Amino acid sequence: MNALYKHRLFWPIASLLALIAINAIARPQFIKVTVRDGELYGALVTILKDSAPLMLVALGMTIVIATRGIDLSVGAIMAVSGAVALTIIDGSGSPDNLATVLIAVVVALLVALILGAWNGLLVTVLGIQPIVATLVLMLAGRGAALLITGGEITTVNSAPFKWMSGGYLVALPVAFLIGLLAITIMGLIERRTALGVLTEAVGINPEASRLAGVRARGIIWGAYMVSGILAGVAGLIYASRISAADANAAGVFIELYAILAVVLGGTSLNGGKFSIAGTVVGVFIIQTLDSTILFLGIPSAQSPVFFGFVVAIVVVVQSPRVRTALGSLGGRRRSRGTSGPSTDTVEVAR
Amino acid sequence: MLEVTGATVRFGADAALRRVDFRLFPGEVHSLMGENGAGKSTLIKAITGALALDEGTLTLAGETVSFRDPHAAQAAGIGTVYQEIELLPNLSVAENICLGREPRRGGVISARAMNARAHEFLLDLGLDVDPASTLGTHSLAVQQLVAIARAISADVRVLVLDEPTSSLDLDEVAELFRIIRELKTRGVAILFVSHFLDQVYEICDRVTVLRDGELVGEYLTRELLRIDLVQKMLGRGASELKSRDRLADDEPDAAVVLRARGVSSARGINDADVDLGEGEVLGVAGLLGSGRTSLARALTGVNRLESGVIRIESQDVRLDSPRRAMSLGVVYSSEDRRRDGIVAELSVLDNITLALQSERGILRQIPAARRRELAASWVEALDIRPPDLDRPAGTLSGGNQQKVLLARLLALSPRVLVLDEPTRGIDVGAKVEIQNLVGELADNGMSVVFISAELEEVLRVGDRVAVVRDGRVVRTAAAVELTADSLLALVAQPDEDEE
Repeated sequence: MNALYKHRLFWPIASLLALIAINAIARPQFIKVTVRDGELYGALVTILKDSAPLMLVALGMTIVIATRGIDLSVGAIMAVSGAVALTIIDGSGSPDNLATVLIAVVVALLVALILGAWNGLLVTVLGIQPIVATLVLMLAGRGAALLITGGEITTVNSAPFKWMSGGYLVALPVAFLIGLLAITIMGLIERRTALGVLTEAVGINPEASRLAGVRARGIIWGAYMVSGILAGVAGLIYASRISAADANAAGVFIELYAILAVVLGGTSLNGGKFSIAGTVVGVFIIQTLDSTILFLGIPSAQSPVFFGFVVAIVVVVQSPRVRTALGSLGGRRRSRGTSGPSTDTVEVAR
Repeated sequence: MLEVTGATVRFGADAALRRVDFRLFPGEVHSLMGENGAGKSTLIKAITGALALDEGTLTLAGETVSFRDPHAAQAAGIGTVYQEIELLPNLSVAENICLGREPRRGGVISARAMNARAHEFLLDLGLDVDPASTLGTHSLAVQQLVAIARAISADVRVLVLDEPTSSLDLDEVAELFRIIRELKTRGVAILFVSHFLDQVYEICDRVTVLRDGELVGEYLTRELLRIDLVQKMLGRGASELKSRDRLADDEPDAAVVLRARGVSSARGINDADVDLGEGEVLGVAGLLGSGRTSLARALTGVNRLESGVIRIESQDVRLDSPRRAMSLGVVYSSEDRRRDGIVAELSVLDNITLALQSERGILRQIPAARRRELAASWVEALDIRPPDLDRPAGTLSGGNQQKVLLARLLALSPRVLVLDEPTRGIDVGAKVEIQNLVGELADNGMSVVFISAELEEVLRVGDRVAVVRDGRVVRTAAAVELTADSLLALVAQPDEDEE
């Protein structure tokens, strides 16, 4: 029990379960999942489906944050990727052709990858602070997206494209499966290759890593490219959902929600140790909270206040000081951890 | 002035300190000695309020006190200067000195009053530094003295100096000692922790020795022979440095593994020539800022060359990154473990296998079982304590961090090992172990460049010694032909010979 309590995912998961429980008590049909035509439906399934864009962006953000960086441009990359794909589909004259949609998707993702590489270039080669480097694209990206769509909201009617957000595969929403695929790939890369530990090393101490022969620059650059391409996929799912490329609305504020998801999942903004599983839980907390607001019928004018209030509670409960206080309330007095003073010196050393 | 009785501190099940008594009188300089993990840092932290005592009492000027945090200890007159300089390099010297107690005029911080006050303290220390200049632009040594100025700028009754000399030069140490003597006459009680026995004997009146968290005893320095002190610290006869057969030539007689000609780099080394033979230890002696570190970094791909040629086994090579140098078997261990050596928050396991893993590449992960086995074998071979592979490396003592760093490099089976001050700031026991290790490695055919600020150490460990001064290699000679005095004369400026 004690080990469970100390696990770093304990509080994030507890918060998520508490949110679901509150919903279930308020309206029991929240946890009801029904099968219709071999497809799953229900509030929880909708959460899984709708969480896909944030999930993808937050996964990329996790890796970038692990390298001690941050990527503010993800929302803008979403807008660009949606604009590129829809402009190609719209201009092709055959929006229902699968080949057309595939080409559009591939080109959009290539553009997203290039934008990620641009961020990486600014950060690693030119040595610009990540927050500033990605701010450039955050501000300029939406303008570029508007340029691509000619300043209009491009709309298409394309069944294959719509399938990305609305389709089902083996009873599950395609959007969720895309998110699941991304989680699996990231998890496998972290476990089965040395990239996880090398990324942490670079995030904790870039110079020591370089002296140990780690390709620090390549790893950081790669992180921004991963973040770019994942944001590209997120942009496609978003555009598919509304069947339109809306450069002004796609992925607005998603960078901030993604950062929040990463932090809720227990990854420090100081870089270093990161947790993919934590980010996944963080995303589900945000998405569940989002649908709670709809579900409880909170007026839209008040929803940001409610959202902020709940997030504040979750963050406070997870803070080290409150955790220590709760810990000593719950059990016998624990000896002062050896990590206390040493983490302080680490902070100072930075 | 300060008395600690029955101090006990536990970390989980282990006691880092067991019923230790310690006293400090006004106007004396008292040294705390002990090996790594003896409990010195723990005792200091307890005195300075960074750590609470589980048992025992702390008495300051006759009153029993307990400090909630370092701030409370400071307010009570206990000033501390830590080994790792804990100042803010982006602020000015004056701001650093006055931080948290800035002179105010009508609620607003007065920059002029602050600079004036800081100037006074600096003059007190005989330090001619512009208080308005940014701290980070000064050398480590100056920063260390600023840290001391900060500590004594409050009304101190007790001054704790934890390894204050580890980044100072001979001149600067003399300067520091002048200041310590001055403070002593003002009645300040000074706790001085240093691994340099010479310094302890020069400045300290009394010594308290700790071993394995327990008190060994308290002695008057003048009544305690050095050999006895070391014996008390180690708890056994001082392990003798194993003797090696050493060469008496100025030139390496074995095959030259690494040859550098006319090497210059943007930072501090100019037209340097180095020859390193197979299985030899080349000691490098030089003052701080002489270019000794720049030389090491130029030879290992850390700093880029502006001109010059490096040949490894008769092949001209371009060392444009540490990674490239590693692939050629040339590895570098930094003088600053914390800044660019250890990855503090990663485990000992990850730290040891870091270089090997990155050499193999991201995709070819070393299997988990193999990684553990490998790391465990190095922990055992180098006697890294505590032998806990999953402990964050940053929580280890300095000597053990150095060993982890060595293990990381040795795991690559390098041909050329460049060690920049590997024994700085670590205790006598670990120092001897590392010196012995270097000898063994060389006997097994590895070539080692060994840099140290301690001239005696360079002479003891090196087969030959290269002297670096003002960015140049001014002389290379067989170690057996040099004495500490003749080496000192070479290291120091020729026109202003000391002594």
